[in-house]
Amino acid sequence: MILNQFLILAAILFCIGVYGVLARRNGVLVLMSVELMLNAVNINLIAFSAYLRSSAGDVFALFVITIAAAEVGVGLAIVLLIYRNLHSPDLDRVEQLKG
Amino acid sequence: MIIQNIFFWVLALAMVGAAIGVVRSQNVVHAALYLVVVMAGAAAQFILLGAEFVAWVQVIIYIGAVIILFLFGIMLTRAPMRGETSLDNDQRFPAAIVSLFLAGVLGTLLVQAFGKKEVVISGAKGEQLLHVGKAATLADSIFTTYVVPFEIVSLLLLAALVGAVVMARRD
Repeated sequence: MILNQFLILAAILFCIGVYGVLARRNGVLVLMSVELMLNAVNINLIAFSAYLRSSAGDVFALFVITIAAAEVGVGLAIVLLIYRNLHSPDLDRVEQLKG
Repeated sequence: MIIQNIFFWVLALAMVGAAIGVVRSQNVVHAALYLVVVMAGAAAQFILLGAEFVAWVQVIIYIGAVIILFLFGIMLTRAPMRGETSLDNDQRFPAAIVSLFLAGVLGTLLVQAFGKKEVVISGAKGEQLLHVGKAATLADSIFTTYVVPFEIVSLLLLAALVGAVVMARRD
C-alpha cells in the first residue's frame, strides 16, 4: 500500500468536514462535521505511525479520540444552551455581538 | 498486498460517500447514521494499517459513545426531521469553493512530498512485520514516554465532564 492513498483519503475527508462546518446551520451538524475533520487527522496519524514504525502516532490518535469525546460533550452542552435561550439550534441566530 | 488495496478502495469510496452524506443530508438523524459509516470505515482502515487497539478504541468511543451523545443532542434540541427549514445556511457556494481549494492545495502538497512511498505491514509470505499497533507496544509507550500527557488528558476529561454538567444544568 502506498502511504499517499491514506493521506489523500484523509485530506478529502478533512475538506468535506471543512465544507460542513462552513455550510451547515444546525449546531449539532456543525459538531458532526468537526468530528469528521478529527477522524481524518486520526487516519493521518495512524498512517504515519505505520510508515515510520513508531508507536507515537498511535498514542496521539488515542489522545485525539479522547479529546474529541470531551469536545463533543462540551459542544453539545453549548448547543443545548443556545437552543434553550433562542428556541432554535441554528447557529446564525447567535448574533448579539454582530455590529 | 492486492487484497489490501481492494479493501482500501472499497472502504475509501464508502467513507467519502458517507462523509458527503453527513454534510449534505437534509435529515439530522440520517446525518448521524452516515457518520457511523465514516467512523466504522476509519476503524477498518486502522486495522488495515495494523493498529488494532486504536481501531477498537475507535469503535467503542466513537460509534458507542459519541454517536449516542449526538443522538441525545438531536433529541434534546428537537431538530427538524423533515425540512420545514433548511439545515444549511446561504454560504454553501463559497464553502464549496474553500473546501475544493483546500483539497487541491493538500493534494498537490502530499503528492509532491510523499510521492510513491510504501507502507510495509506484512512480508512476502504474509507474516506480520509491524508491531507498533499492538496493544502491548502501545501500553509500553503510553505508560513510559507519554505518561505525563496521559495523566493530563484524564484531568482534561474531568474538566470537560464538570463543564458540561455545569452548562447544561437548569437553574
